[in-house]
Amino acid sequence: MTPAITTTGLTKCYGKTAALNDCTITVPEGRISALIGPNGAGKTTLLKLLAGLSKPTAGQVTVNGSVPRQDPAFLAEIGYLAQEIPLYRRLSAEDHIRAGAHLNPRWDSASVRERLAALNIPLDRPVGKLSGGQRAQVALSLILGKRPRLLLLDEPVAALDPLARRNFLGTLTDGVAVGGLTVMLSSHLVTDMERVCDHIVMLSSSRVQLCGDIDDVLAEHKLLVGPRKDTTAIERDHYVVQVTRTPRQTTMLVRLNGPVHDPAFQVSDVSLEDIVLAYMGEDAPPARAAFTSVGDDQQ
Amino acid sequence: MLSFRVDGHSVVPPYLQIVQQVRQALRMGVLKLGDQLPTVREVVSETAINPNTVLKAYRDLEREGLVEARAGHGTFVRGLPPGPPPGTHSRLGRSLATWVREARAAGLDDESMEALLHTTMRATAEEEEIA
Repeated sequence: MTPAITTTGLTKCYGKTAALNDCTITVPEGRISALIGPNGAGKTTLLKLLAGLSKPTAGQVTVNGSVPRQDPAFLAEIGYLAQEIPLYRRLSAEDHIRAGAHLNPRWDSASVRERLAALNIPLDRPVGKLSGGQRAQVALSLILGKRPRLLLLDEPVAALDPLARRNFLGTLTDGVAVGGLTVMLSSHLVTDMERVCDHIVMLSSSRVQLCGDIDDVLAEHKLLVGPRKDTTAIERDHYVVQVTRTPRQTTMLVRLNGPVHDPAFQVSDVSLEDIVLAYMGEDAPPARAAFTSVGDDQQ
Repeated sequence: MLSFRVDGHSVVPPYLQIVQQVRQALRMGVLKLGDQLPTVREVVSETAINPNTVLKAYRDLEREGLVEARAGHGTFVRGLPPGPPPGTHSRLGRSLATWVREARAAGLDDESMEALLHTTMRATAEEEEIA
């Protein structure tokens, strides 16, 4: 099965600043991928490149088997929802549905009306008069009505209250359950994404720090807690993401490369949030560890 | 119809939470042979979890022989989880109670007892893996 998204060394510069640097990722079909990263990490830049809304400075990108471009055949299979949820505020949901039917080849008006009816959202009201949560639902239902193969959502739930957020994500997962849809949605919060997503791409300082199925990421990363001692053996065998040393104790978050042989270290599971935070540690370059020391040299 | 609760803050991954809830429902008799599990769409629109999570949970249950997927119809209960014979829980509970009283008399608090139990469970599991 061809992946929905592949990029190799994808780079986008604005002037001399790289908004996205050497980004290599793969997102298999049918995944809901969380695009996680602090503000300014390059999430929007990546989404725009995938949607064909901007052109890369260097590197390759393939979406649904072709190069993103402003072309009806390519765009018909992409749904892109920008952060500010662009809808015509004076038009009703029904007006949007009719416009969509004119503009899109595979449009499914019935499913949009069905979804909005199930959510008790009036079809005849100007969308500017709906609540923020309802507007987001209208936009999402419209985009699902386009029946895209890849859905790109930029911070879709950031502005929503918890209930609206849950309902929005419920609509999204239902859209995926119907089949044939891959989703990438960005957020700077991991906790929102964890239950919905099964894949993660993590950006920090415009670079990819992590890309893979969440189950694999969780299985590979462990927290090792043990006495303060020489850890070169562990550092040689495994990839140390973050280490904290106190005079008595060493705490390491590692990406395992096999079992840990040192019985002095207690191995425990780590949450996805802790893994992401460890990788986010100040400018930690990829494939290089971030070391922090607390209370050194006090023995 | 069964309805799942998925705790996003639990250390137990969501798919396992579903597997455990189905097993528990079978043990408690909430689900019976031939009953239908909720469809993937029903679960995801209610809980907003990933559809693949539900599929993974259902596949696990199918491998265990507890449910079967019938194409176009849904997923149905076809077996009950194997468990220890009746009386096992209460017998083990009694010997555990003896141990807990002994540990408390020795000055261990609840937290140390839990820690000791988890460490021992992990250590013996590793022994079994090696054996």
